[in-house]
Amino acid sequence: MTRVYVSSVIPAPAASVWRRVRDFNGLPEWTPFVAESRIEQGLPSDKVGCIRNFTLTDGGKIREQLLALSDYDMSCTYSILESPMGVEDYIAKLSLTPVTDGNVTFAQWQADFECAPEPEQALIEQIGKGVFQTAFNALKQSFGGR
Amino acid sequence: MVVARVCESAIVDVPIEEVWRWLRDFNSHWDWHPAIAESEIENGLPADSVGAVRAFTLQDGGFLREQLLSLDDETHELSYCLIESPLPLYNYVATIRLKPVTDTGATFWQWESEFNPPADRARELKALVANDIYRAGMRALERRLREGPSGGGDGILRVARARESKPLYEPAPKEADAQRSEATTAPNVQATGSLQARAVVMDRYGGPEVLSLRDMDVPLPGPGEVRIRQAHIGVNFIDIYCRTGYFDLVSLPGVPGMEAAGVVESVGPGVSHLAVGDRVAYACPPTGAYASVRTMSADLVVRIPDWLDTAHAAAGLLKGVTAGFLLHDVHTVERGEWVVVHAAAGGVGTLITQWAAALGARVIGTVSDQEKARVAEANGASEVLIGRRTEFIERVRQLTGGRGADVIYDAIGRDSFDASVAALAIRGHLVSFGQASGDIGPREIGPMASKSITLSRPNYGHYIADRAMMTMQAERLFEALDRGFLTIPEPQVAPLENVAEVHLELEAGRTTGAIVLEA
Repeated sequence: MTRVYVSSVIPAPAASVWRRVRDFNGLPEWTPFVAESRIEQGLPSDKVGCIRNFTLTDGGKIREQLLALSDYDMSCTYSILESPMGVEDYIAKLSLTPVTDGNVTFAQWQADFECAPEPEQALIEQIGKGVFQTAFNALKQSFGGR
Repeated sequence: MVVARVCESAIVDVPIEEVWRWLRDFNSHWDWHPAIAESEIENGLPADSVGAVRAFTLQDGGFLREQLLSLDDETHELSYCLIESPLPLYNYVATIRLKPVTDTGATFWQWESEFNPPADRARELKALVANDIYRAGMRALERRLREGPSGGGDGILRVARARESKPLYEPAPKEADAQRSEATTAPNVQATGSLQARAVVMDRYGGPEVLSLRDMDVPLPGPGEVRIRQAHIGVNFIDIYCRTGYFDLVSLPGVPGMEAAGVVESVGPGVSHLAVGDRVAYACPPTGAYASVRTMSADLVVRIPDWLDTAHAAAGLLKGVTAGFLLHDVHTVERGEWVVVHAAAGGVGTLITQWAAALGARVIGTVSDQEKARVAEANGASEVLIGRRTEFIERVRQLTGGRGADVIYDAIGRDSFDASVAALAIRGHLVSFGQASGDIGPREIGPMASKSITLSRPNYGHYIADRAMMTMQAERLFEALDRGFLTIPEPQVAPLENVAEVHLELEAGRTTGAIVLEA
């Protein structure tokens, strides 16, 4: 199993950050790499089991299923059903934790998956830097950080 | 049964392995936690063995035992429970958890616990655990780690120390305790609970000769009160107005003084934000600060950080809070603004100049002589002018490209008021907060429309009117000090018995910098 873990500090209270990221259909609103997104079968985007079907800015298409959503833990777990990346059993979790000293947010994003040995390093790079860190940077910037 | 949950967290700007190296040593807390006086692992067990018990004493003498329940190097997590304590923290189980912040190399530190307090003490105990144990501890270890080996710590792993099996009650000198040893002389407790103190008392208004040193009984704190063993007392010019009767703030016979720092000796009912042993300071009415022990309302008393000693706290709280609200609340100084500070080498002027420069403002300081000009320059003023007459107005105009200053901080009053108005930009802000040269007298406000000028006459008391305001002001100051935005100049320290002499010197203008009395 391959694991990617990225974490960051977002300069805003956790409740504000969570409002931005909890919408499973909201990637186009806060990440720079998703062009459009829809929830299949017209389900609400916070219904566990719903599937988001989205298109990346580079044209790639991905389908992901919401496995768990918690407003108490401020976390969201999902799996990849279809993607051009060549990963199997991909499960990722995005979670937010309040930092009481300073009232900011500790954000973590972790993915576990199987893949062929050759592209493993490239995938770790692509998911860790290209997806998770890029999204965190966009969040930080939108909340006024550097 | 009441279930209390406490969860505190912080970002510590040190790599996770470095933080964990200390935390995984269950006996290391007495090296870094300010509340711990001494600690030992029982039965000579290694300090990282699950099941180990640490027996320790607090600075206030309390004795506790805690047992390590789990320790995980993989997840950077440990948990422990309390098995003996002077406080009713029943069924207390705590967890410490670290996570790396991968994009900055810092560490996220979470410290949480659950316990069953008596219902009427739940709030107080939760605040104590959250602030005095967790928050204070996280900040102290971060400071310790950032100081590195030269900062008084030896920085080496101590897991093996438990085997040395040092007797628990043998006094072990700790260099970091130097500042905590202030005001630890055993108090002379009376049968009624009152304490003997030395105080400066005045029976009538007048010159310095009306100040006399006497022994006094200080009562136990009542509801909402604390009793403070004071280490240092701030001397301010307002104390002289109180002594002469110009302000009738001291009712006779009475004790003058409005600023001091020390240690909380006892706490009255209903006080939840302070605990015995807290290092605290205040700068507020009523008078009564010139004493070695004092009982007063706890409302405006604030805790001070470990790194701030009581001499600097007593010298700088009033002036620092004043600088803080002038720069943030009365006017919000923005990066790039032109700020004029009159008397930029004076007590408050020094702090305003430093802080405004740190906020990115361009500061023009005015002073009265060459020596003070050097001080103002060292404070960060980008331009220093000697004198405040027509040349001053002209020079401000030149420096600001003809616009004038965005804000002028003026505590000179009578002699500088007109020049300040003239030196302001359109929609500029004159903050008139003192009158060192004499009463400002009546002024025409009509002409101010020619530049749409805003005039403020702030009063210190209105910016620290309740605990929420005072806490906010104090924390803003401490953070700015911690970040190096400003520095409280080294105060002169005089013994309490020399108070009359100190007043004489201060009145004659023969002092430089702040003076504090040592109780």
